[in-house]
Amino acid sequence: MDELKEMVRNYVIREYLEDGDDREVKNDTPLISGGIVDSFSMVSLKRFLEKKFNIQIPDADASPEAFDTVDSIAALVKRFQK
Amino acid sequence: MSKSVTYEDRLRGFDWSIAERELEFREGEPLNIGWHCSDRICRQGKGDKPALLWEDHRGAEKRFTFDDVRQLSNTVAAFLQRLGVRPGERVCLFMDKIPELYIGFLGVLKMGGIVQPLFSAFGEDALLTRLENAQTTAIFTQRKHALKVRKILDKLPSLKHVVIVDAEPGKLQQREVAFDLERETRVDQFAVHATLRETPSVLHYTSGTTGMPKGAQHVHYSIVGQYLTSKWVLDLRDDDIYWCTADPGWVTGTSYGIIGPWSLGITQCVLDAGYSSERWYAFIQKHRVTVWYSAPTAIRLLMRDGTDVARRHDLSSLRHLASVGEPLNAEAVIWSEEAFGMPFHDTFWQTETGCIVITNFPGMKVKPGSMGRPFPGIEATVLDPRTYEPCASAGRVGLIALRPGWPSMIRAYWNNQTVYDSKFRNGWYLCGDRASIDQEGYFWFVGRDDDVINTGGHLVGPFEIESALLEHPAVAESAAVAKPDPVNMEVVKAFVALKPGHRGDDDLELEIMNFIRKKLSPLAMPQEIEFVDSLPKTRSGKIMRRVLRAREFNEPVGDLSTLMND
Repeated sequence: MDELKEMVRNYVIREYLEDGDDREVKNDTPLISGGIVDSFSMVSLKRFLEKKFNIQIPDADASPEAFDTVDSIAALVKRFQK
Repeated sequence: MSKSVTYEDRLRGFDWSIAERELEFREGEPLNIGWHCSDRICRQGKGDKPALLWEDHRGAEKRFTFDDVRQLSNTVAAFLQRLGVRPGERVCLFMDKIPELYIGFLGVLKMGGIVQPLFSAFGEDALLTRLENAQTTAIFTQRKHALKVRKILDKLPSLKHVVIVDAEPGKLQQREVAFDLERETRVDQFAVHATLRETPSVLHYTSGTTGMPKGAQHVHYSIVGQYLTSKWVLDLRDDDIYWCTADPGWVTGTSYGIIGPWSLGITQCVLDAGYSSERWYAFIQKHRVTVWYSAPTAIRLLMRDGTDVARRHDLSSLRHLASVGEPLNAEAVIWSEEAFGMPFHDTFWQTETGCIVITNFPGMKVKPGSMGRPFPGIEATVLDPRTYEPCASAGRVGLIALRPGWPSMIRAYWNNQTVYDSKFRNGWYLCGDRASIDQEGYFWFVGRDDDVINTGGHLVGPFEIESALLEHPAVAESAAVAKPDPVNMEVVKAFVALKPGHRGDDDLELEIMNFIRKKLSPLAMPQEIEFVDSLPKTRSGKIMRRVLRAREFNEPVGDLSTLMND
């Protein structure tokens, strides 16, 4: 689980923060409600998770709440991993 | 509009001078939106009344009275003068929904500058296009967004000042200057620049089918339309607590997130946080919001989360709901009756109109799914697309057209007279949308009349996306079209033909999506990419977007006689 969270956290930092942005992203940092990842960008994050972990996340489960922290994303991924 | 006043009452003897009188504006005298939204309200004895109740995603709160707003906007104006910014120069506001954005907006106007608000999620290419076109002199931004400005600064010789509102000591780079709104010495008295009714005020960038985004140029007289529509359509009253969820990077956020409510001296709240139904309802409950102006995309997300979430909160303060940005579907209107005990009232307008032009009024019969009827003083019709004459019979689909001359209408596209002129036919302004009018004069939206993509209430131009796609090393050619979406109405879909040696797989799709998101914005990011061998083109080589779009919408593709490669 820790490895999974680290992978997601690193991806968020690399893809959604500008180079030089010093904001700290912890496992419980609000990503959607905190404005780091907006609702439109959730699609690319979802695509990354599906590809990286070889899962399918139904649209109904891809809610802003489910994508709001590294912790909740990791829980979502676990739920759909076989 | 009070429920005892009917639509017909408002139409009788209507004249925009009603608003001019209430705003104490007399022809030939100065008119400045910044002054009217702050100093004038304080003169009415409302200096101690809250103007802005602000909260961020962490729950941090700030409150500003109208006198705070007056003094702090003076402070911004004086600061710009000290920098040497002159009246008529463009000053960009590139910030999240923080107090500096709302107060800075009035400050720029007070010193006679033209405000250029830009959505803070724009990437560096989108930012460069707009700052270059406007020859912007100064930009207000936050540390995190300044990183994008730094990347393009060398290409912007006109941009003399990058004002950082949350700067860290000792970390400023070239052309950067720190400005801490709350620590600056407040300026109590400022000689507001004597702008006149036709002096340019706000420059909002908007997208079309062809070419790069254009700067829709508004004037100070726009306040007349924004004031009266806020009063009659949003039904704002002195004791209201108003929440407009729009970002001032877009026109709704300035016309109805700043000018409308503050010209009426109304208290408004702002939540600077991403979407969450739980959070939104808690915000309404906490601030006892009475009037709520939102967007169909947000309403559909709330719908998706169900009425139970709404019922867990005390939303009894709400008394009027309105919506803007894209057509509000009948299901959403009916759902809002169920969830909130009242319907969302759809309002129709666009960047170019500056204020609401077709709408459902409080007290008027709401026909779920309809855009409503024209605001008094607005002559609206639908035109036959071949003759550009008004459609004679009810129910016929035509082009939505407005007779020019209302106060908030744009006066120009920045340095682009040709495109501005192309918006008019037979003395009518064409909105670019199609609709029909029923027997009772209600308008019914059908769709766009061009290739512009309306995603989540924001118009995205295909040309800008296609241009950015071509910058990706794997892309040979591309077309960006609308694809139907249950929440956002439409999303961007890209068709991409690859250069030899590249394979269209999931990795490349994700790479291209992120490439566009960072260059332009999350709104412009294709939510789906289809890799194709070639794109449908006319014999002259022009990509036929309409063919691709029709396939996405399961519509007939129309005349294909000019198609080259099908």
